Amino acid sequence: MKLVLDIAWTHVVSRMRQTLVGMLGVAMGVGFSVMMASLMEGSQRDFVTQLVDSLPHITMSDERRSPPRQPAEDAYDVVAFSGLRTPVIRPGIKNPFAIMSSLEGWLDGAVAPSVQSRAVIRYAGRDTAASVTGVDPKREREVSKLATQIRGGTLDSLYKSSNAIILGDKLAAKIGARIGNTIAVVSGRGEVLSCTVVALFHSGVSQNDETQAFTLIKTAQILAGQTGLINAMRIRVANIMQAMTVANRIEAQTGYKSVSWQEANEDLLSAFEIRNFIMYTVVGAILLVASFGTYNIISTITHEKTRDIAILKSLGFTEKTVRRIFLIEALLIGVAGTLAGWALGYTLCLLLGMIEFKSPFMDATHLPLYFTPNHYLLAAGVALTASAVAGYLPARKAARMHPVEIIRGAS
Amino acid sequence: MMEPVAAKKPLIELDGVTKEIGDGVLTTLVRDIHLEVGSGEFIAITGPSGSGKSSLLYLLGLLDVPTEGDIRVQGNSVNGLDEAARAHLRLSTLGFVFQFHFLLPEFTALGNVLLPMRALGRLDDAAMEERAQALLASLGLAGHTHKKPGQLSGGQRQRVAIARALANEPHVILADEPTGNLDTASSEQVLEIFRRLVDETGRAIVMVTHDMALAERADRQVRIVDGRIV
Ligand SMILES: Nc1ncnc2c1ncn2[C@@H]1O[C@H](COP(=O)(O)OP(=O)(O)OP(=O)(O)O)[C@@H](O)[C@H]1O
Ligand SMILES: [Mg+2]
Repeated sequence: MKLVLDIAWTHVVSRMRQTLVGMLGVAMGVGFSVMMASLMEGSQRDFVTQLVDSLPHITMSDERRSPPRQPAEDAYDVVAFSGLRTPVIRPGIKNPFAIMSSLEGWLDGAVAPSVQSRAVIRYAGRDTAASVTGVDPKREREVSKLATQIRGGTLDSLYKSSNAIILGDKLAAKIGARIGNTIAVVSGRGEVLSCTVVALFHSGVSQNDETQAFTLIKTAQILAGQTGLINAMRIRVANIMQAMTVANRIEAQTGYKSVSWQEANEDLLSAFEIRNFIMYTVVGAILLVASFGTYNIISTITHEKTRDIAILKSLGFTEKTVRRIFLIEALLIGVAGTLAGWALGYTLCLLLGMIEFKSPFMDATHLPLYFTPNHYLLAAGVALTASAVAGYLPARKAARMHPVEIIRGAS
Repeated sequence: MMEPVAAKKPLIELDGVTKEIGDGVLTTLVRDIHLEVGSGEFIAITGPSGSGKSSLLYLLGLLDVPTEGDIRVQGNSVNGLDEAARAHLRLSTLGFVFQFHFLLPEFTALGNVLLPMRALGRLDDAAMEERAQALLASLGLAGHTHKKPGQLSGGQRQRVAIARALANEPHVILADEPTGNLDTASSEQVLEIFRRLVDETGRAIVMVTHDMALAERADRQVRIVDGRIV
């Protein structure tokens, strides 16, 4: 084995120019695969963060998919009902905390309770409709990006005064309210609550920034006039592609309507899947092209060694030994090329990451790049496999050939 | 330098060997060859170009397998042996010298001579090195052991190739026009080396040549015409 390594090593180092060309070929394949993978996955993840992550992955509400069965239905064979009246107040989720702890038992993600209500916000004689959401800051942080979108304070500012409220920045601008101002919040039932603006938030989605306000759960419950009311749960799952399955399971377990982001945004889902498909196709194609390049270069190098293969065989080296020598040579070049390719790929990513995109309508942005060892391992795996095959196949062919044919041809 | 060969049986024996190649249209390279190579024999194979001299040598050297007939090495038939076993026999008992030197260009003279020894692995590193140095010195290459083939003259290369062929103390040396590319002085040197090996160590040499003057120097001449011994 030492001899095999030694011969392979001697070949590789004494034909430096060829080795370098081979390495370069492998390195380019690996480097560009890494770059493309990083770019594609980066843009995919960026897409997810921008669009999917700004929504709760699953929202469970106090509604049910089908109207509740009436007692009369159970008692008699009733065909139709007439004159049923929908209750005016929202029913709320029953036993919300029991449901939460049971969900937390199996859910890979987080759950946060909330109270959704509609109100009119009034300040300095100006009115605007808003949807006020009561949240638990500690839990909310785990399920949405709200905490990162607060300006002029933090989510915890809600604890600073009784009846604190956080307004969307556009909403605040519309009524002319600033942080520290006291505004009037009028509930649907006509109840008026004075609240202090403790911070603003900016999500970037205009519609939300114009119509949303956040308070503590307690405040929202007072506004709704229902103590203990929880009428929605916001749920975040670790694997967003599982949201639909998880939502179905939650709905089956609790009976409450649970809507996954996929269901809420079917168009988004198909965009997501198309982008995923594009990502895999592009990265797959690059890897394929790279592996062909690697195969070509290494098999050419091996082919050029056909005469040496005949010499070694005429000396009494076995086919197996000869094959090994060339397999190892190919792998040496492959490994060296892969290492260089990693460096190249990383550098390319850094360079791409430095490019700034400026536009008058938004902040300067950079290309979304995603760094993960997986890209490097994937590219290395493909390159090394291609190198090994490229070393093995021609060497096997040459080793099988009668050395006589080669010797006759060479002399 | 080399242990004498003590063998009673013929070292290599061809028994009715025929070699044909090609599928469909068959070409006969050699036909019905009977030939014994005993220890201490210096055999010259002569014949016109294309008569099958090289083909015969490849068969003797187990590089090729016969279509018909039996090849025996020290009395044992090699027909049933697989590729690895034949390779091992070649490594341990045969040495090749070709018209073209066929040295590995990346290795030094010493490295080339060491290759078959390392493949066989009979000696430890120090002993191998010592033996390779001695072999090269005995062929007048003492000052050239660390040169690569590209830095040696044709005659020097051929002597390195001979040293490599002798590396594992083979019983038989098979040489295909070993002096074909050499000038008279170098050819003379090679012939002297061969003569010495035969006389002093009882090795057998089978040398293909079309130079009748060289053939005269052998103990026995085998002439081939159209693939047959005449
Ligand atoms: N692969 C092959 N296909 C067809 N014919 C072949 C092949 N190899 C050798 N031959 C033929 O076999 C015959 C014997 O060839 P060989 O090389 O043994 O001749 P030789 O006596 O060594 O000739 P030279 O003195 O020119 O080296 C030649 O006629 C040659 O053309
Ligand atoms: Mg010939």
